Amino acid sequence: MTRRPLSPHLSIYRFMYTMSLSILHRITGLALSCGLILLVAWLVAASRGAESYEHFRQWAQGSLQLQLLLALWLLALLFHLANGIRHLLWDADIGFERPQARRSAKLVVAFVAVAGTALLWFVFFGGRS
Amino acid sequence: MVELTLPKESRINSQGRVFPAPEGAKKPRTFRIYRFDPDSGENPRVDSYTIDMAACGPMVLDALIKIKNEVDPTLSFRRSCREGICGSCAMNIDGVNTLACTRACEDIGKADVKIYPLPHMPVVKDLIPDLTQFYAQYAAVKPWLISRTPAPPDRERLQSKEDQEKIDRPSACILCACCSTSCPSYWWNSDRYLGPAALLAAYRWIIDSRDEATGERLDELEDPFKLYRCHTIMNCTEACPKDLNPARAIASIKRMIAERQH
Repeated sequence: MTRRPLSPHLSIYRFMYTMSLSILHRITGLALSCGLILLVAWLVAASRGAESYEHFRQWAQGSLQLQLLLALWLLALLFHLANGIRHLLWDADIGFERPQARRSAKLVVAFVAVAGTALLWFVFFGGRS
Repeated sequence: MVELTLPKESRINSQGRVFPAPEGAKKPRTFRIYRFDPDSGENPRVDSYTIDMAACGPMVLDALIKIKNEVDPTLSFRRSCREGICGSCAMNIDGVNTLACTRACEDIGKADVKIYPLPHMPVVKDLIPDLTQFYAQYAAVKPWLISRTPAPPDRERLQSKEDQEKIDRPSACILCACCSTSCPSYWWNSDRYLGPAALLAAYRWIIDSRDEATGERLDELEDPFKLYRCHTIMNCTEACPKDLNPARAIASIKRMIAERQH
């Protein structure tokens, strides 16, 4: 058979809201699964008594990288939650028309921006009055 | 399989040819077009053609025909009806799959118009992809009426107006392949995932009140790859030049399969 090259795909397709939200949903899902390890470590620390919990708390609060990761995990959770609801609604045949899908995409991004800012503010600055 | 980059022999080499604007062009516009010549043994390239839009029809297809007629007769592409009903001139224009005959050059903004063949397909020549597998997938969903009861002797198989309306939109598919080749899932798994176009066709027959093979059709689709590679990315619905909704049809099939398990 004659040689047939593969036509370009990812490199030329416009990166639309459809595929960007879809890949973000996967990335955040994966990130949240990894974050579970830390959550389990936190629970294990708590189950082993006050001293061990205090030890964990000091380690977690003392690490700037971890604080940054926590902030990212929080945003990932918000995105995955909102976009997950979008997928659940689709499964129930709600919001499938093109204008609706575009609107719900904007809504998800807006939710992450607003709720993310508020929550991050509360978590990192609000607790110390 | 997910492969983000193109195989070596498919990569675009940088030496595209440049055809400058004709002298005295009133409204010059540049079209950057993917070229592949199977006889040359060279990699694909992108040629750029600057033509005078003041002497050209409004659609991208008009520009392609003008280029072929007046500038470079070697440029190859499929076209037929020039009014969005045959689906021949499906290609990737300005980053999105659509029909060249219904896409106006003016709507593409001021930048150069970039034209590629439908994504992630074997290229026969220039803008002509090999659609053999795409058609085979369409045939695989048995896109015809299957019935066991004999037809009424004196008339057609009738259906109510409401039942007809259900298949009205999905029947309008022209098999241009814009949707399937816009789908990242189809890019990575086209050997096993049927793709939005074939699944829309399957849906059209599943919900047809006259069809009597609904169960078998659903059985056939209940497969981790054939159907469930759809992750509701929605590229298909965004790309469809006929404003149909393959993503919604696929979700409906998934729901019908889930519902019959109870």
